[in-house]
Amino acid sequence: MIQGISIYEILTVTTLLFFIGVYGFLTRKNLITMLLSIELILNASAINFVVINKYLFPDALQGVYFSIFIIAVAAAEAALAIAIIINLYKLITSVEVEDTEIMKY
Amino acid sequence: MERVLFYILALIMIVFAVKAVSSRKMLRSVIYLLFVLMGIAGIYFLVDYTFLAAIQLAVYAGGVIVLIIFSVLLVHHIELRLDVASKRSQILAGVLSVVGAGLTLFTIWTYKFNPVENYNAIDVATIGKGLLSYGDGGFILPFEVISVLLVAVMIGAIVIAKGKRLEQ
Repeated sequence: MIQGISIYEILTVTTLLFFIGVYGFLTRKNLITMLLSIELILNASAINFVVINKYLFPDALQGVYFSIFIIAVAAAEAALAIAIIINLYKLITSVEVEDTEIMKY
Repeated sequence: MERVLFYILALIMIVFAVKAVSSRKMLRSVIYLLFVLMGIAGIYFLVDYTFLAAIQLAVYAGGVIVLIIFSVLLVHHIELRLDVASKRSQILAGVLSVVGAGLTLFTIWTYKFNPVENYNAIDVATIGKGLLSYGDGGFILPFEVISVLLVAVMIGAIVIAKGKRLEQ
Protein backbone atom coordinates (compact mmCIF):
# COMPACT_ATOMS: atom_id res chain seq x y z
CA MET A 1 0.00 0.00 0.00
CA ILE A 2 1.04 3.60 -0.48
CA GLN A 3 2.32 5.27 2.65
CA GLY A 4 -0.01 8.02 3.87
CA ILE A 5 -2.68 7.37 1.23
CA SER A 6 -5.93 5.73 2.26
CA ILE A 7 -8.01 3.49 -0.01
CA TYR A 8 -10.67 6.21 -0.20
CA GLU A 9 -8.37 8.61 -2.04
CA ILE A 10 -7.37 6.05 -4.69
CA LEU A 11 -10.97 4.95 -5.21
CA THR A 12 -11.95 8.61 -5.62
CA VAL A 13 -9.37 9.07 -8.39
CA THR A 14 -10.49 5.89 -10.20
CA THR A 15 -14.16 6.89 -9.90
CA LEU A 16 -13.37 10.26 -11.48
CA LEU A 17 -11.43 8.54 -14.30
CA PHE A 18 -14.32 6.12 -14.89
CA PHE A 19 -16.93 8.86 -15.18
CA ILE A 20 -14.69 11.04 -17.35
CA GLY A 21 -14.60 8.00 -19.64
CA VAL A 22 -18.40 7.72 -19.52
CA TYR A 23 -18.73 11.41 -20.38
CA GLY A 24 -16.37 10.98 -23.33
CA PHE A 25 -18.27 7.92 -24.55
CA LEU A 26 -21.57 9.81 -24.47
CA THR A 27 -20.35 13.01 -26.15
CA ARG A 28 -17.87 11.81 -28.78
CA LYS A 29 -19.14 11.21 -32.30
CA ASN A 30 -16.12 9.48 -33.76
CA LEU A 31 -15.56 5.73 -33.46
CA ILE A 32 -11.86 5.95 -32.55
CA THR A 33 -12.36 8.55 -29.84
CA MET A 34 -15.19 6.45 -28.42
CA LEU A 35 -12.74 3.55 -28.30
CA LEU A 36 -10.35 5.78 -26.31
CA SER A 37 -13.09 6.46 -23.75
CA ILE A 38 -13.72 2.72 -23.41
CA GLU A 39 -10.01 2.17 -22.73
CA LEU A 40 -10.21 4.80 -19.99
CA ILE A 41 -13.21 3.04 -18.38
CA LEU A 42 -11.53 -0.38 -18.52
CA ASN A 43 -8.32 0.95 -16.98
CA ALA A 44 -10.13 2.68 -14.13
CA SER A 45 -11.81 -0.60 -13.19
CA ALA A 46 -8.50 -2.49 -13.49
CA ILE A 47 -6.89 -0.15 -10.93
CA ASN A 48 -9.83 -0.77 -8.61
CA PHE A 49 -9.22 -4.52 -8.69
CA VAL A 50 -5.53 -4.06 -7.90
CA VAL A 51 -6.03 -1.49 -5.14
CA ILE A 52 -8.76 -3.44 -3.35
CA ASN A 53 -6.55 -6.55 -3.57
CA LYS A 54 -3.60 -4.67 -2.08
CA TYR A 55 -5.42 -2.81 0.68
CA LEU A 56 -8.02 -5.31 1.87
CA PHE A 57 -6.67 -8.78 0.97
CA PRO A 58 -2.86 -8.50 0.72
CA ASP A 59 -2.37 -12.28 0.94
CA ALA A 60 -4.55 -13.05 -2.08
CA LEU A 61 -3.62 -12.38 -5.70
CA GLN A 62 -7.03 -12.58 -7.37
CA GLY A 63 -7.19 -8.84 -8.07
CA VAL A 64 -3.89 -8.99 -9.93
CA TYR A 65 -5.08 -11.90 -12.07
CA PHE A 66 -8.33 -10.17 -12.93
CA SER A 67 -6.35 -7.07 -13.83
CA ILE A 68 -4.15 -9.09 -16.17
CA PHE A 69 -7.25 -10.60 -17.79
CA ILE A 70 -8.83 -7.15 -18.14
CA ILE A 71 -5.69 -5.88 -19.88
CA ALA A 72 -5.65 -8.91 -22.23
CA VAL A 73 -9.34 -8.57 -23.11
CA ALA A 74 -8.96 -4.81 -23.60
CA ALA A 75 -6.06 -5.35 -25.99
CA ALA A 76 -8.09 -7.95 -27.93
CA GLU A 77 -11.06 -5.60 -28.04
CA ALA A 78 -8.94 -2.71 -29.31
CA ALA A 79 -7.45 -4.86 -32.07
CA LEU A 80 -10.86 -6.08 -33.25
CA ALA A 81 -12.44 -2.64 -33.02
CA ILE A 82 -9.67 -1.14 -35.12
CA ALA A 83 -10.03 -3.91 -37.71
CA ILE A 84 -13.74 -3.13 -37.92
CA ILE A 85 -13.07 0.62 -38.14
CA ILE A 86 -10.55 0.19 -40.97
CA ASN A 87 -12.95 -2.10 -42.85
CA LEU A 88 -15.73 0.44 -42.34
CA TYR A 89 -13.49 3.23 -43.66
CA LYS A 90 -12.84 1.17 -46.78
CA LEU A 91 -16.59 0.80 -47.29
CA ILE A 92 -17.91 4.29 -46.58
CA THR A 93 -14.75 6.48 -46.15
CA SER A 94 -15.94 7.78 -42.82
CA VAL A 95 -15.62 6.79 -39.17
CA GLU A 96 -18.35 9.04 -37.78
CA VAL A 97 -21.08 7.29 -35.82
CA GLU A 98 -23.83 8.99 -37.80
CA ASP A 99 -22.63 7.54 -41.11
CA THR A 100 -22.35 3.93 -39.95
CA GLU A 101 -25.69 2.43 -40.83
CA ILE A 102 -24.18 0.01 -43.35
CA MET A 103 -22.97 -2.44 -40.70
CA LYS A 104 -26.53 -3.37 -39.84
CA TYR A 105 -27.07 -5.34 -43.08
CA MET B 1 7.37 11.28 -0.50
CA GLU B 2 4.99 8.59 -1.82
CA ARG B 3 2.07 10.77 -0.81
CA VAL B 4 3.31 13.68 -2.93
CA LEU B 5 4.05 11.31 -5.81
CA PHE B 6 0.51 9.91 -5.65
CA TYR B 7 -1.05 13.37 -5.69
CA ILE B 8 1.09 14.42 -8.67
CA LEU B 9 0.09 11.22 -10.54
CA ALA B 10 -3.58 11.70 -9.68
CA LEU B 11 -3.50 15.30 -10.90
CA ILE B 12 -1.76 14.29 -14.15
CA MET B 13 -4.25 11.46 -14.74
CA ILE B 14 -7.38 13.55 -14.14
CA VAL B 15 -6.17 16.54 -16.19
CA PHE B 16 -5.04 14.42 -19.14
CA ALA B 17 -8.18 12.26 -18.99
CA VAL B 18 -10.31 15.40 -19.29
CA LYS B 19 -8.11 16.61 -22.15
CA ALA B 20 -8.34 13.19 -23.85
CA VAL B 21 -12.13 13.20 -23.95
CA SER B 22 -12.45 16.89 -24.84
CA SER B 23 -9.59 17.64 -27.24
CA ARG B 24 -10.76 18.41 -30.76
CA LYS B 25 -7.65 17.03 -32.44
CA MET B 26 -7.82 13.25 -32.57
CA LEU B 27 -4.10 12.47 -32.51
CA ARG B 28 -3.61 14.73 -29.50
CA SER B 29 -6.34 13.00 -27.55
CA VAL B 30 -4.63 9.66 -28.22
CA ILE B 31 -1.36 11.06 -26.82
CA TYR B 32 -3.21 12.46 -23.77
CA LEU B 33 -4.63 8.96 -23.22
CA LEU B 34 -1.06 7.64 -23.34
CA PHE B 35 -0.15 9.96 -20.43
CA VAL B 36 -3.15 8.70 -18.45
CA LEU B 37 -2.09 5.08 -19.03
CA MET B 38 1.45 5.87 -17.90
CA GLY B 39 0.04 7.47 -14.74
CA ILE B 40 -1.87 4.25 -14.10
CA ALA B 41 1.39 2.30 -14.48
CA GLY B 42 2.85 4.70 -11.90
CA ILE B 43 0.03 3.80 -9.49
CA TYR B 44 0.85 0.11 -9.99
CA PHE B 45 4.50 0.87 -9.19
CA LEU B 46 3.43 2.73 -6.04
CA VAL B 47 1.39 -0.23 -4.73
CA ASP B 48 4.39 -2.53 -5.38
CA TYR B 49 2.89 -4.56 -8.22
CA THR B 50 5.82 -3.98 -10.56
CA PHE B 51 4.91 -6.89 -12.87
CA LEU B 52 1.49 -5.39 -13.53
CA ALA B 53 3.07 -1.98 -14.16
CA ALA B 54 5.44 -3.55 -16.70
CA ILE B 55 2.49 -5.26 -18.42
CA GLN B 56 0.56 -1.99 -18.46
CA LEU B 57 3.48 -0.15 -20.07
CA ALA B 58 4.21 -2.91 -22.58
CA VAL B 59 0.64 -3.69 -23.66
CA TYR B 60 -0.84 -0.21 -23.56
CA ALA B 61 2.00 2.22 -24.23
CA GLY B 62 3.73 -0.21 -26.57
CA GLY B 63 0.80 -1.98 -28.21
CA VAL B 64 -2.66 -0.48 -28.04
CA ILE B 65 -1.65 3.18 -28.33
CA VAL B 66 0.60 2.51 -31.33
CA LEU B 67 -2.23 0.54 -32.97
CA ILE B 68 -4.67 3.40 -32.35
CA ILE B 69 -2.19 6.00 -33.63
CA PHE B 70 -1.72 4.02 -36.85
CA SER B 71 -5.46 3.68 -37.36
CA VAL B 72 -5.92 7.42 -36.73
CA LEU B 73 -3.27 8.15 -39.36
CA LEU B 74 -5.02 5.77 -41.77
CA VAL B 75 -8.59 7.00 -41.46
CA HIS B 76 -8.34 10.64 -40.41
CA HIS B 77 -6.65 13.81 -41.62
CA ILE B 78 -4.50 15.14 -38.76
CA GLU B 79 -5.30 18.80 -39.38
CA LEU B 80 -9.02 18.13 -39.25
CA ARG B 81 -10.83 19.22 -36.09
CA LEU B 82 -13.46 16.88 -34.67
CA ASP B 83 -16.98 18.23 -34.54
CA VAL B 84 -18.36 18.51 -31.02
CA ALA B 85 -21.67 17.14 -29.78
CA SER B 86 -24.59 19.52 -29.41
CA LYS B 87 -24.81 21.63 -26.24
CA ARG B 88 -27.86 19.68 -25.15
CA SER B 89 -26.23 16.27 -25.31
CA GLN B 90 -23.06 17.67 -23.70
CA ILE B 91 -25.05 18.98 -20.74
CA LEU B 92 -27.04 15.74 -20.51
CA ALA B 93 -23.87 13.61 -20.52
CA GLY B 94 -22.21 15.96 -18.03
CA VAL B 95 -25.14 15.80 -15.62
CA LEU B 96 -25.32 12.02 -15.99
CA SER B 97 -21.59 11.61 -15.28
CA VAL B 98 -21.63 14.01 -12.33
CA VAL B 99 -24.64 12.29 -10.78
CA GLY B 100 -23.05 8.87 -11.30
CA ALA B 101 -19.72 10.00 -9.88
CA GLY B 102 -21.43 11.64 -6.91
CA LEU B 103 -23.46 8.53 -6.15
CA THR B 104 -20.40 6.26 -6.41
CA LEU B 105 -18.24 8.59 -4.29
CA PHE B 106 -20.99 8.84 -1.66
CA THR B 107 -21.18 5.05 -1.49
CA ILE B 108 -17.40 4.72 -1.25
CA TRP B 109 -16.94 7.38 1.41
CA THR B 110 -19.78 6.09 3.62
CA TYR B 111 -18.61 2.45 3.43
CA LYS B 112 -16.14 1.42 6.13
CA PHE B 113 -13.19 -0.44 4.61
CA ASN B 114 -10.84 -2.42 6.86
CA PRO B 115 -7.41 -2.04 5.25
CA VAL B 116 -4.64 -4.39 6.33
CA GLU B 117 -1.32 -2.63 6.94
CA ASN B 118 1.26 -4.27 4.60
CA TYR B 119 4.24 -3.29 2.47
CA ASN B 120 5.33 -6.64 1.02
CA ALA B 121 6.14 -6.77 -2.68
CA ILE B 122 5.07 -9.86 -4.67
CA ASP B 123 7.58 -11.36 -7.07
CA VAL B 124 6.75 -12.51 -10.57
CA ALA B 125 7.32 -16.20 -9.78
CA THR B 126 4.39 -16.22 -7.33
CA ILE B 127 2.09 -14.64 -9.90
CA GLY B 128 3.21 -17.11 -12.58
CA LYS B 129 2.73 -20.12 -10.30
CA GLY B 130 -0.76 -18.92 -9.38
CA LEU B 131 -1.67 -18.47 -13.03
CA LEU B 132 -0.54 -21.97 -13.96
CA SER B 133 -1.72 -23.94 -10.94
CA TYR B 134 -4.80 -26.13 -11.12
CA GLY B 135 -5.21 -26.47 -7.38
CA ASP B 136 -7.39 -24.28 -5.18
CA GLY B 137 -7.41 -20.67 -6.34
CA GLY B 138 -5.47 -21.53 -9.49
CA PHE B 139 -6.17 -19.69 -12.71
CA ILE B 140 -5.15 -22.21 -15.37
CA LEU B 141 -8.56 -22.39 -17.08
CA PRO B 142 -9.05 -18.61 -17.57
CA PHE B 143 -5.40 -18.41 -18.65
CA GLU B 144 -5.97 -20.98 -21.40
CA VAL B 145 -9.28 -19.40 -22.39
CA ILE B 146 -7.54 -16.04 -22.74
CA SER B 147 -4.87 -17.56 -25.00
CA VAL B 148 -7.58 -19.12 -27.22
CA LEU B 149 -9.36 -15.75 -27.26
CA LEU B 150 -6.18 -13.97 -28.35
CA VAL B 151 -5.65 -16.41 -31.23
CA ALA B 152 -9.29 -16.03 -32.30
CA VAL B 153 -8.96 -12.25 -32.16
CA MET B 154 -5.78 -12.29 -34.23
CA ILE B 155 -7.42 -14.37 -36.98
CA GLY B 156 -10.64 -12.38 -36.75
CA ALA B 157 -8.84 -9.05 -37.00
CA ILE B 158 -7.00 -10.16 -40.13
CA VAL B 159 -10.19 -11.48 -41.77
CA ILE B 160 -12.24 -8.40 -40.87
CA ALA B 161 -9.59 -5.83 -41.81
CA LYS B 162 -9.10 -7.44 -45.23
CA GLY B 163 -12.80 -7.08 -45.90
CA LYS B 164 -14.54 -6.46 -49.22
CA ARG B 165 -15.15 -3.24 -51.05
CA LEU B 166 -18.72 -2.09 -51.52
CA GLU B 167 -18.82 -2.57 -55.30
CA GLN B 168 -17.71 -6.21 -55.14
